[in-house]
Amino acid sequence: MSILKTDNITMQFGGLTAVSNFIIEAKEGELVGLIGPNGAGKTTIFNMLTGTYKPTKGKIYFYDKEISGKGIDRITSLGIARTFQNIRLFSDLSVLDNVKVGAHVHMKSSVWKTIARWPSYLYEEENIHERAISLLKVVHLENLKDDLAGSLPYGEQRRLEIARALATSPKLLLLDEPAAGMNPQESKDLMEFIIEIQNRFKLTIILIEHDMKVVMGICKRIIVLDYGITIAEGNPIEIQNNPEVIKAYLGVEATYA
Amino acid sequence: MTFNVLLQNLSNGISLGFLFALIAIGYSMVYGILNLINFAHGDIFMMATFFVYYAIALFSIPWGLAFFVGILLTILLGVSVDRFAYRPLRNSPRISCLCSAIGMSFLLENFAIVVFGGRPKAFFRPEIFTKMYTIFNVRIHSVSIVTPVIAILALLVLTYIIHRTKIGLAMRAISRDFDTANLMGININKTIAFTFAIGSGLAAIGAILWALRYPQIYPYMGIFPGWRAFAAAIMGGIGSIRGATLGGFLVGLLSIMIVVFLPALAGYKDAFIFIGVIIVLSFKPKGLFGEE
Amino acid sequence: MKKNILYFLLNISIILLIIIFVITANRNFDSYIIRILNLCAIYIILGVSLNLINGFTGQFSLGHAGFMSIGAYMSALLYMSPELKEVNFFITPLIWPLSVIQIPFVFSLIIAGLVSAGVGFLIGIPCLRLKGDYLAIVTFGFSEIIRVIFNNLQNVTNGPIGLKGLPTHTNLWWSFGIAILTVLVVKNLINSSYGRALKSIRENETAAEAMGVNLFFHKSLAFAIGAFFAGLGGALLGSFIMTIDPNTFSFLLTFQLIVIVVVGGLGSITGTVISAIIITVLMEVLRSVESPMNIFGLHVPGIPGMRMLVFAILLMTVVLFFKKGLMGMKEWSWDGLLKKYFPDNER
Repeated sequence: MSILKTDNITMQFGGLTAVSNFIIEAKEGELVGLIGPNGAGKTTIFNMLTGTYKPTKGKIYFYDKEISGKGIDRITSLGIARTFQNIRLFSDLSVLDNVKVGAHVHMKSSVWKTIARWPSYLYEEENIHERAISLLKVVHLENLKDDLAGSLPYGEQRRLEIARALATSPKLLLLDEPAAGMNPQESKDLMEFIIEIQNRFKLTIILIEHDMKVVMGICKRIIVLDYGITIAEGNPIEIQNNPEVIKAYLGVEATYA
Repeated sequence: MTFNVLLQNLSNGISLGFLFALIAIGYSMVYGILNLINFAHGDIFMMATFFVYYAIALFSIPWGLAFFVGILLTILLGVSVDRFAYRPLRNSPRISCLCSAIGMSFLLENFAIVVFGGRPKAFFRPEIFTKMYTIFNVRIHSVSIVTPVIAILALLVLTYIIHRTKIGLAMRAISRDFDTANLMGININKTIAFTFAIGSGLAAIGAILWALRYPQIYPYMGIFPGWRAFAAAIMGGIGSIRGATLGGFLVGLLSIMIVVFLPALAGYKDAFIFIGVIIVLSFKPKGLFGEE
Repeated sequence: MKKNILYFLLNISIILLIIIFVITANRNFDSYIIRILNLCAIYIILGVSLNLINGFTGQFSLGHAGFMSIGAYMSALLYMSPELKEVNFFITPLIWPLSVIQIPFVFSLIIAGLVSAGVGFLIGIPCLRLKGDYLAIVTFGFSEIIRVIFNNLQNVTNGPIGLKGLPTHTNLWWSFGIAILTVLVVKNLINSSYGRALKSIRENETAAEAMGVNLFFHKSLAFAIGAFFAGLGGALLGSFIMTIDPNTFSFLLTFQLIVIVVVGGLGSITGTVISAIIITVLMEVLRSVESPMNIFGLHVPGIPGMRMLVFAILLMTVVLFFKKGLMGMKEWSWDGLLKKYFPDNER
């Protein structure tokens, strides 16, 4: 069943149209790739999906409920989580605390119960702790749990961001260039990692990436964007051979092993 | 309300407005370039008056020269404050700079109390500044005539510097994009020091004009005009010279007009300034004239 | 689970120690020392509540004096006897029903705190989208607006004359008691999911929101709770110094709290507590510098303004050279103590 649907969403900033008439439909368990040259509007689309921007035109539906223009934190609580192109970790908090923040959105205990250390709160806190530890194990960061997030090397910061996003218990995960700055081996590990978390947490994933190996390797369906307009959509083979795509991407290796 | 009284108050308000504008520009420029509210600006204003006072009282310098010396010393003070209190924190989180600015303000105020004493002193007023002229049946203080003239002159010079000199270009570049300006080889520290110099210089001029008008100087005298000027800068649009000037007028005229037209609310004058600031910031976070 | 019980017992013992200390102090210490102890406790309350807003949530508020003022006036107007009110409000009578009400100190404190919290919440609303310097200005502005309003509302606050002859309800039990309460509440809040949410706002608002943290709710929470305890602190201070007027709670007071919080470390409750004690004592010591003294028969004139000058220099020194203050973001905790002295005792 499709969990995400947009009908012709458009984003205009003053006189500039960043995205126009974008349609996407993501089914449960899908891994969709969103690619296109720089400035094509990919992150803008993510920003619309997460509530950072309200589409100038059109609506977005998540599990058939309209979410366009709803608050960012509300949309997260409904089950959409994201990572950022420029890593935005909580640098002065520990690795563990970074992940735990993600779990806060589903906290049921009130502030009163929290301050009074009510048993129901203590129980929730214990659960958050255990879940956070297990998420850190998934990203292989459990040994660094008490280190400050800002002190981690780049690759590990990226993994921490993903763990944090997973802590919000999302059904739809938006990854914004997770492979940026990675060498071929790291990218390969990332590919396996994404498939693993998709299966383990039963996620639908939309992926923005420039690394074609990663995109072609794991995405079953790819949407290509250029100047805010969808110029192609299909499986990796179709996309690679699409003349429009090749034209938009002049210079990118069309060969792919 | 006779026309005369109205004109009288208007001229007062305009004169006051220019004074606030001169001080407001200092706040505006520093914020535009550093994204820092120089809390100590009002106190630098205060120090200017004391520099002039002691130049005359201790060294018997003729008043013209004393004014000049005072302005120079104030510029030196302003640049030093940047050098020692703000420069080391260029790369620190904003809160450190804020604390430093607040600390500097208190430091200057209490330094003045300890060294100069808390009791108000009488500022020396040269003969020509004590005369009152009657124009169209309105009694205008000579200071009220001199103020707009000097202020406009200063603003013209400033505009020339900003738009026609290399360093003015540097200042505009830095306020647009700090990092890129740095990468383009602009000497950030020198340019910032220059900005402080101009701001402090203008504040010193404003201070002297202020002291000629209200010849009582004391360590806390910078607080009132400081906050008014600051409100002016914010409402006009911080970072904008034009905005600071117009803001200065707004505040100057409003201050007088509220007392005149709504005497019952005179006690709430101070509150109105802040309410104005809060309202403007709530709807137009960049001020009425945005950022220049 | 065993650890939690151990920590709980340790905390209870600390509180018992403090109780014993207070009993001893009340019996044996002279009134000057008791005065200092009271002030220390009050500044702990004020400092920790300020740190919640400024240090932990990263909202640099300069309006704390306003909350204190509200708390002080609200409680005073409630615990003063009608006769005392009549004596004070000799120019303009106090409005009804305040003129006839008198309730026990404890209830006046609670109401003062709640009113203060309400105002804190309201002030938080326009501050939501403001950052850094602008936030500081607006919160300062609110504090000033409160001061001006109190200066003018003759029939409620008695205007610039203020309230005099306030009965001294504040004693070591109240000040230490509320100080302990403040530390406990803030500590429990900070070391919780909500606390992490507040800290995440400080670290990166955009990311915090993206992770589901509602900015409005959490910022308001910080402001409300911070204002609540500031109100209590103000009320205690008012009853302690027995005279309040709109200028008692001026920016000077906020400045002293900023110094306390920055020196102690903007993200540390422990730091604020230690710093509050040190600075309160320092203030008293410096007070003697300000008044004339007789040293070996030589009459040394007092240097007024020296106190604040030293404070300003202290603040500048910490900000320029010891950026993280005494404790930075570290806290003393039983956990930390255990790890230090019994390092192999893991979970």
